[in-house]
Amino acid sequence: MGGYILRRLLQAIPVFFGTTFLIYFMVFAMPGDPIIAMFGDKTPNPALVAQLRAQYHLDQPFIVQYFIYIGGIFRGDFGISYSGVPVGDILLRTFPVTLKLAVIALFFETVFGIVVGLISGLRKGKLFDASSLVISLILISLPIFVIAFVGQYVFGVQLGWARTTVGPGAPVADLILPALVLASISFAQIVRLTRSSVIETSSLDFVRTAYSKGLSRNRIVPVHILRNSLIPVVTYLATDFGVLLVGATVTEGIFNVPGVGNTLYQAIIRSEGPTVVSFVTVMVLLYLVVNLIVDLLYGLLDPRIRYVK
Amino acid sequence: MKKNRIGVGVVALAAASALVLTGCSSGGSSSTPTSSANLSAVITANGSEPQNPLIPTNTQETGGGRIVDSIFAGLVYYDATGKPINDAADSITTTDSQTFTIKLKANQTFSDGTPVTSNSFVKAWQYGALLSNAQLNQSFFAPIEGYSATADSPLTGLTVVDDTTFTVKLSAPQADFPLELGYDAFYPLPDSAYANMTAYGTDPIGNGPYKLASPTAWQHNVQIDLVPNTSYTGGRKVQNGGLTIKFYADLGAAYADLQGNNLDVLDSIPSADLATFQNDLGSRAVNEPTAVFQSFTIPGRDAHFSGQEGQLRRQALSESIDRDTITKVIFNGTRTPASDFTSPVINGWTDSLSGASSLKYNPDDAKKLWAEADAISPWSGTFQIGYNADGDHQAWVDAVSNSIKNTLGIDASGAPVPTFAAFRTSVTDKSINTAFRTGWQADYPGLSDFLVPLYSTSGSSNDGQYSNPAVDALFTKASAETSTDAANQDYQDAQNILLKDLPAIPLWYSNITGGYGTSVSNVSFGWNSEPLYYAITKS
Repeated sequence: MGGYILRRLLQAIPVFFGTTFLIYFMVFAMPGDPIIAMFGDKTPNPALVAQLRAQYHLDQPFIVQYFIYIGGIFRGDFGISYSGVPVGDILLRTFPVTLKLAVIALFFETVFGIVVGLISGLRKGKLFDASSLVISLILISLPIFVIAFVGQYVFGVQLGWARTTVGPGAPVADLILPALVLASISFAQIVRLTRSSVIETSSLDFVRTAYSKGLSRNRIVPVHILRNSLIPVVTYLATDFGVLLVGATVTEGIFNVPGVGNTLYQAIIRSEGPTVVSFVTVMVLLYLVVNLIVDLLYGLLDPRIRYVK
Repeated sequence: MKKNRIGVGVVALAAASALVLTGCSSGGSSSTPTSSANLSAVITANGSEPQNPLIPTNTQETGGGRIVDSIFAGLVYYDATGKPINDAADSITTTDSQTFTIKLKANQTFSDGTPVTSNSFVKAWQYGALLSNAQLNQSFFAPIEGYSATADSPLTGLTVVDDTTFTVKLSAPQADFPLELGYDAFYPLPDSAYANMTAYGTDPIGNGPYKLASPTAWQHNVQIDLVPNTSYTGGRKVQNGGLTIKFYADLGAAYADLQGNNLDVLDSIPSADLATFQNDLGSRAVNEPTAVFQSFTIPGRDAHFSGQEGQLRRQALSESIDRDTITKVIFNGTRTPASDFTSPVINGWTDSLSGASSLKYNPDDAKKLWAEADAISPWSGTFQIGYNADGDHQAWVDAVSNSIKNTLGIDASGAPVPTFAAFRTSVTDKSINTAFRTGWQADYPGLSDFLVPLYSTSGSSNDGQYSNPAVDALFTKASAETSTDAANQDYQDAQNILLKDLPAIPLWYSNITGGYGTSVSNVSFGWNSEPLYYAITKS
């Protein structure tokens, strides 16, 4: 298993170089000159533009710019944003916020999703099952910004139960509403996943055996049915955690969450190469790590899975 | 939603020309706290993460501008109507409109206690003007003797006489130069700034009505906390316990915060809410003209748009646009149809220029003029207006194109360019081969700021490459006048020529659209659409 992990980590190296190169190239290839855009509707003095281009190495050929950037990363220097803040500092400030939001969202979708899915699965075809199916269908088909706007307007503006946007320091209380919005779509997925898995497991031989041995339903449902139904759900949750970590641009924008997605979006608007590339690179690496953990989780949940060296 | 977010980004960029001076109320009357006002209550306002370190000579977008204007005091500030009032200056005098003697008020200090002297200004200006310092506001020092746009060159026109007196010699007479001095490029800097300018810009020490609450008051991408600066003695007396500017990437979030009582002052309404905000906010909604002029420019290099034929076609196009209907339908009345090339909030503006008939919707005359031009050289092809597709421009460009199409019976359409950067790059390097949208937000409240950079032959933002010796002569004459009225008369004469030549087709003036919460009062917006934060009281 150690060898397996090592090999997976080694695979991350070409992925790291590939993504930074590609993203850097895409930012570089974005049409227009970000320096000229800094001046708005005014036409800048060409000598001044040349000075600024030199300051941000924009006058160098693409490949030189790329190596200047990569060289910086190996010295722990992610570059400097146009507002004079080291990109490393921005990363350190925004990732914890997004992490907090992701954990809260994950908590909600796990708890509610599994409970509702379990009840639906056990009462297949009954009223509860039918209505949870309808609700999850609605949630899946709604674009997330609609849920976010409605949530913000109803709970933030009309009822005043939650703050309309997230305040400084991103306290947990402020993050609950955006986390619920983020959780809503995955919640629907988890309900359906848990439900079908529970139905399948319920009809398996070992469940029938447990019943015939005279075990109580209170023991069979959590220990025999639920535990064995969770493998696909856990896989989904882990992947979803990766997705949440790399930022929810739309939701973070609507609730003004000072997290990864929001910051990245602003950097793209300003064509801030170093910020965009550093953020995306860290996202890719995070995603790789989360994927590795998911693969390892399979083995823990199902001993039949083995990793070849 | 997506559209909104993009809109915001671009509004910030498009407003980049905006240096936002702190406006000010003209004094005691409007800033007297009401009995229920709480002098320790902190006002919250919307803003955006500054795009550069907070160095006055390097700040020319609204996000940073509104902070810089609050924490610095220049020689003058502008009251709500745009009138300059001495701030750090005691007097600014001249006899020939070319050499100005500036006397500072005695015993002024920066918020760290160091004195504000002539050198604080002169060194800051020298720093800003030096090309290799690459300051975004470098071109503002152009009138001063010694300035060079292409090489490092000290401003030889600046002479320190003593601690509170210095003189400024311009390379040519310019009577309204003192009017520019409230712009942030001309703010002073403490000596401690020069050691590490970038570090200074993240925790700036200023001499204005507010100061940063702590060295870490600027929480990047979140907000900045300002508290009243007790050592400030100028006219912008703070009537509240502080100012917190929250940064929003999405104006929709700011508007939700205003409605949810999480925000006191909002200076821009997201376009999705323009139709409803006056109903939502009632008397707390603000919708009034400001110093933003919008137009589209037809470069003289475009076929059919030069000489006599060009003049006829430009007038025909202008008269075929139904500005009244478009501002009502597309903008819900948040734009005011233009009647000149400047703005109604500027001293010297008039809606009765004799040439202004070319800005009235007149389909019959438009058809006649177009036919006359066709007699010179027949028209073929499509008339196109270029714009950046990442801003909220498509709706009005399409409406203007349709108005032209329906009136003149020619093909007309918008020509979107994907991003603002790509759009401005093609305008700046003159590679754009259609007409294109242009906007101008004034940096200082004078007619000259709307006209000279845009329409003089050597104008820095003369993107249409317009040149008319008669106009140039009037501009030169105006800047040498000693009375403002005489200068404004010259600018109006020049505008009458411009209304005939139409290097750009004036469309409308932007309004400030904003609002404020139930717990604040004395909210007013300055000439430059910036709220006068210091005058706001909160119960």
